[in-house]
Amino acid sequence: MNFDDLIQGFPDLTTTGLAQGSIYALVALGYTLVYGVLRLINFAHSEVFMYGTFAALWTWGLMGYDSNSARPDLGTALLLIVVSLVVASLFSGGVAMVVEAVAYRPLRKRNAPPLVFLISAIGASFVLAELMGAFTERRQQGIPGLLPTEPLFSAGGWTVYPLQLMTFVVALAVMFGLDWFVSKTRFGRGIRAVAQDADTAALMGVNKGRVIGLVFLLGGLLAGVAAVFYSMKQGNTRFNVGFLIGLKAFSAAVLGGIGNLRGALVGGLLLGLVEAYGAALFGSNWTNVIAFVVLLVLLMFRPTGLLGESLGRARA
Amino acid sequence: MRQRLARVLGGVAILALVAGGAAACKKEEPTTPGGSTVSGLKIGFFGALTGDAAGLVTPGKNGAELAIAEYNAANPGANVTLVPFDSQGSGDKAAPLATAAVADEKIIGVVGPAFSGESEVANPIFDKAGLPIITQSATRPSLNSKGWKIFHRGVGNDLSQGPAIGRYLKDVAKAEKVFLVDDQSAYGTGLRDEVEKVVGAAVVGKDKVTEKQVEFGPVVTAVKNSGATAVFYGGYTPEAAPFLKQLRAGGFKGTFIGGDGLYDANMLSVTGKADVEGAVVTCPCGPATAAKGNFVADFKAKFGTDPGVYADVAYDLTKVFLEGFKAGKTTRADMQAFLGTYNGVGTATGVTYKWEANGELDPAQVSIWAFVAKDGAWANPTQLPKS
Repeated sequence: MNFDDLIQGFPDLTTTGLAQGSIYALVALGYTLVYGVLRLINFAHSEVFMYGTFAALWTWGLMGYDSNSARPDLGTALLLIVVSLVVASLFSGGVAMVVEAVAYRPLRKRNAPPLVFLISAIGASFVLAELMGAFTERRQQGIPGLLPTEPLFSAGGWTVYPLQLMTFVVALAVMFGLDWFVSKTRFGRGIRAVAQDADTAALMGVNKGRVIGLVFLLGGLLAGVAAVFYSMKQGNTRFNVGFLIGLKAFSAAVLGGIGNLRGALVGGLLLGLVEAYGAALFGSNWTNVIAFVVLLVLLMFRPTGLLGESLGRARA
Repeated sequence: MRQRLARVLGGVAILALVAGGAAACKKEEPTTPGGSTVSGLKIGFFGALTGDAAGLVTPGKNGAELAIAEYNAANPGANVTLVPFDSQGSGDKAAPLATAAVADEKIIGVVGPAFSGESEVANPIFDKAGLPIITQSATRPSLNSKGWKIFHRGVGNDLSQGPAIGRYLKDVAKAEKVFLVDDQSAYGTGLRDEVEKVVGAAVVGKDKVTEKQVEFGPVVTAVKNSGATAVFYGGYTPEAAPFLKQLRAGGFKGTFIGGDGLYDANMLSVTGKADVEGAVVTCPCGPATAAKGNFVADFKAKFGTDPGVYADVAYDLTKVFLEGFKAGKTTRADMQAFLGTYNGVGTATGVTYKWEANGELDPAQVSIWAFVAKDGAWANPTQLPKS
């Protein structure tokens, strides 16, 4: 136990933990949305995220920025980030919808048992990952540095870097946007109706197929946003990056209460912080032990997660 | 109707598979049954040929290919082939591959395994079958003490590399505060231990990361809080590149140094020109681009690129086996005996290959080099002093 490291590094660990947690939370939303509506763990979501990292990498490449490029000025950097956010979100959203159409919809039409969906999900995940692996020769690829690395501000031991702030702010904004979308708009009402009782919703005139497609699209869009920030933060990507972050994000979703949008946010941020503090306290090789012990203990006392309320019962 | 179509299609597919399999089997038959017994011998090449760690190993495979192509051209009818065994650098994949290599009786020697972790899995299998190996880059010291008779190392081990890194930190970088990180691999931990013995009191902090780790935020925080002016990383490029990038993004300006696990092109390209600038790597190998004889020109002509890390070493080690073939050593036992008494100079590295009883290269032949990343390339090769 190294309390010195924890106390001395507390501000730094908090900011890095929150930035990492924001990324978990964005990915976790994809799991939670699909689970809320379909009671299905979409294991292929981690690959949807991974495709987003490559979409971002390729977008920057087409715009003339690779890992060897010098850092651009702030205006160019912001432009690059905005363009990649649009492209990566659409790409990930598209991949998510393809997964739904190919791996899940045919099964749903034939009323397959839940176990079959699970296998289909794992299969889709492998196919997507290996496809990208074969296509990129399993190489690790560097991401260009875009935002300046000088601290944005530091005060009283707290140092905040531009990327950290941006990740946190964008993640929060996107999540509030989603929350508003689900609770206030007509589409959102459809989502909640199907989540609550799919058959009754269908009788009331909600198009179930379209709602499910929309849910996958939303999850994919958010994964694309997460992918852009993850790429900038981690500085590289490869075909198998989805696995670990998918697992973490899924845990975050369960921690917050799966099926609950705000729960995913809380779960993601909490997991990011616990990892950072745990790593400082026990050493980096203990990170996952600490994170998952905390997860287990919390679930022991709150089996439905911290904010365990389902999407269907979320109040507007 | 649909079901029948599916069945027909399935049947056709199975037929195609069987036919393809039969054709493939036929090819396995020796093509030149008559003639001399020297024809059709094989040399295995064992290491990560795809995957993240391939950057450290594929130049060596190309070096081996070049040596064999030259040998076949000079000895018509020899038909020596190189059999690649792609371990992806992973110990999990090493056992079945080693078993396959052992099962092919035409394989008389193996260049590799390239990494220490996979060596610990594969070498016992090779040893049991008496298949001699020479590794070009597995540098964990303890590999020599496992009682494997077939083990030969074509470069110095980390008992020479580790202290050289330690002395570099002390004497060249003049680092008074050093932070040590390793990836808990057979190679990374071993190298870290040797560095630590030399740097000793200057160590202000230590941390361990894991294979496939991507988020290094807490480690970066620990490095910064320790006030370290130099970071040593024991491990391989896939983790080192993002770690260095995140260190720089976190404002760390000091020296970053690692062993030969980082001496590849990916370390430069994945980290990126700006962030990798000034990073130092060491290697028990000289710069392959400055190899002796026609090696560099021949390599470039055949593969269209400059020879990368360990290309020259693997080339020379492959030639040791080929010399054995030439001398009529066509069984594994003969080859093993041949290596035991071998004493010859490699044409590319200029190193005199001569092995001690435990399989280590003659200590007088070991040299450690340092390289500095400059403008997106490994530059300034410097031979480090031996003590």
